[in-house]
Amino acid sequence: MAEMTLIKKGAEAELYRGKWQGFDVIFKRRIRKPYRNPDLDSYIRTSRTSLESKLISESRRLGVPTPIIYFVDLDRTEIIMSYIPGLPLKKMMPTMDETSIKQFFVKIGKMVGRLHRGGIVHGDLTTSNMIVKDGSVFFIDFGLGEYTPDLEARGVDIHLMRRTLESSHHEVSKIAYNSFISGYSRVMGGETEEVLRRVSEIRRRGRYVEGER
Amino acid sequence: MSSVQYVLGIECTAHTFGCGVVSSEGTVLSNTKAEYVPKTGGIHPREASQHHAAKASATIRDALKEADLRLSDVDAVAFSAGPGLGPCLRTGATVARMLSLLSSKPLVPVNHCIAHIEVGRMVTEEEDPLVVYVSGGNTIVSAFSDGRYRIFGETLDIALGNCLDSFARSLGLGHPGVPKLESLANEGRSFIPLPYVVKGQDVSYSGLLTMAVRKIEESDPHDLSLSLLEVAYGTLAEVTERALAHTEKPSLLLTGGVARSPRLQRILESVCQEHSSRFYVVPPDLAGDNGAMIAWTGYLALKEDLTAPIETSYIRPKWRLDEVEVPWRR
Repeated sequence: MAEMTLIKKGAEAELYRGKWQGFDVIFKRRIRKPYRNPDLDSYIRTSRTSLESKLISESRRLGVPTPIIYFVDLDRTEIIMSYIPGLPLKKMMPTMDETSIKQFFVKIGKMVGRLHRGGIVHGDLTTSNMIVKDGSVFFIDFGLGEYTPDLEARGVDIHLMRRTLESSHHEVSKIAYNSFISGYSRVMGGETEEVLRRVSEIRRRGRYVEGER
Repeated sequence: MSSVQYVLGIECTAHTFGCGVVSSEGTVLSNTKAEYVPKTGGIHPREASQHHAAKASATIRDALKEADLRLSDVDAVAFSAGPGLGPCLRTGATVARMLSLLSSKPLVPVNHCIAHIEVGRMVTEEEDPLVVYVSGGNTIVSAFSDGRYRIFGETLDIALGNCLDSFARSLGLGHPGVPKLESLANEGRSFIPLPYVVKGQDVSYSGLLTMAVRKIEESDPHDLSLSLLEVAYGTLAEVTERALAHTEKPSLLLTGGVARSPRLQRILESVCQEHSSRFYVVPPDLAGDNGAMIAWTGYLALKEDLTAPIETSYIRPKWRLDEVEVPWRR
């Protein structure tokens, strides 16, 4: 096997880039957390590895660009998937003008709509988890994703998107969020309103939020 | 005339009535407090405020005496204007307004959450840490960006300290709950599965508390305490680690009352080691609610002329951390 280079030490996993069966791949390995109880730790790593690989494949089938899963090793809590040669949206955003931000977020809204329609929530919609390649957006890191049609889970998904925009891209957060919602509602149609009501409810549930800000 | 200034700070948001005097050089001259401990159950806002009103003058007198200053020597009176319990905030604000009128010195309203962060930056001299602020009322992962402390993760329902204290009360442990819970947990052996809830960058503790309380009857208290702490601290460590990876801040600062927990300190220190970040904890006397942190933040605000006339020195029970402009860090 060819050598692997560590490209990212994330919060719960290490990402290595390398070759596997001739493919350019990412090895996502969930690492043991020394600070966590061993039983809890192995349960979290195994179940998230298994679920994430299923969610990534299923999302592709729903028409949402994600990496191709080549191999899952539950003993090593490792997923081997295709490498996406692109840049995280988080890094691209500061260089983007208003028009392209709008276009991108309409697209992202549609993608999230397709996931929700298909019974999947991503669980961690941040701009670090979106890779831009040739004008397409790829979703990565489904480690907190779920199979669920629950309104609550969908609401949290959108709430997190909004929060990321506000904390990391607050100059353009309104434009980006409004575009996101317009894309989302194009796929979700009449269900959008119900989800958005839940989003503002979730927001109000947070500490010290007055009304709808 | 010396150029050193002194600010007196009044903390009065929940359990604690505190008074602190801090110099413009960042020295804590005094930091006195009186704590309301309910006979049973959790905090009763009205009774807490009555306790604070009764203890205010002695606490302030002690603080001035310990600082070896008279009220006329201070350059401003700062108070925590929120967030917190309305009755307590009103008592603290009334006391601060009176001191300001008596001394003819400006009144400076301070956001309580910001004060927990700023006192940490003061003692550690760390310029730009990722902040984990955990107490009975707040659970926030925050980092400074473009003029404000932005919130990267928080609890979606109850605070970490609230969850642990409530559970400790259900077990019949007295006050303070967290240290007693931790010593029980130190003898725990086996892990009991409890709901481990992480939603993106946010945590949620209400379901965890409900389930843990439900299992009291059938479980060994040592094991249950261990499991509750493992899950509660584990989810916080996870969102902290994500925020550290996302913001790429060079260090982490643990502040707030629950920062005193040795177990939580160990866990977060381990998170920092994995990310080659420096780890800091606010010292115990400045970790919980205290007047010195309000005084110091009041001094920072005073430099920016963020004083308030008595007439508009309103309290703000729901004042969010990320609503506050922080001009002294621009």
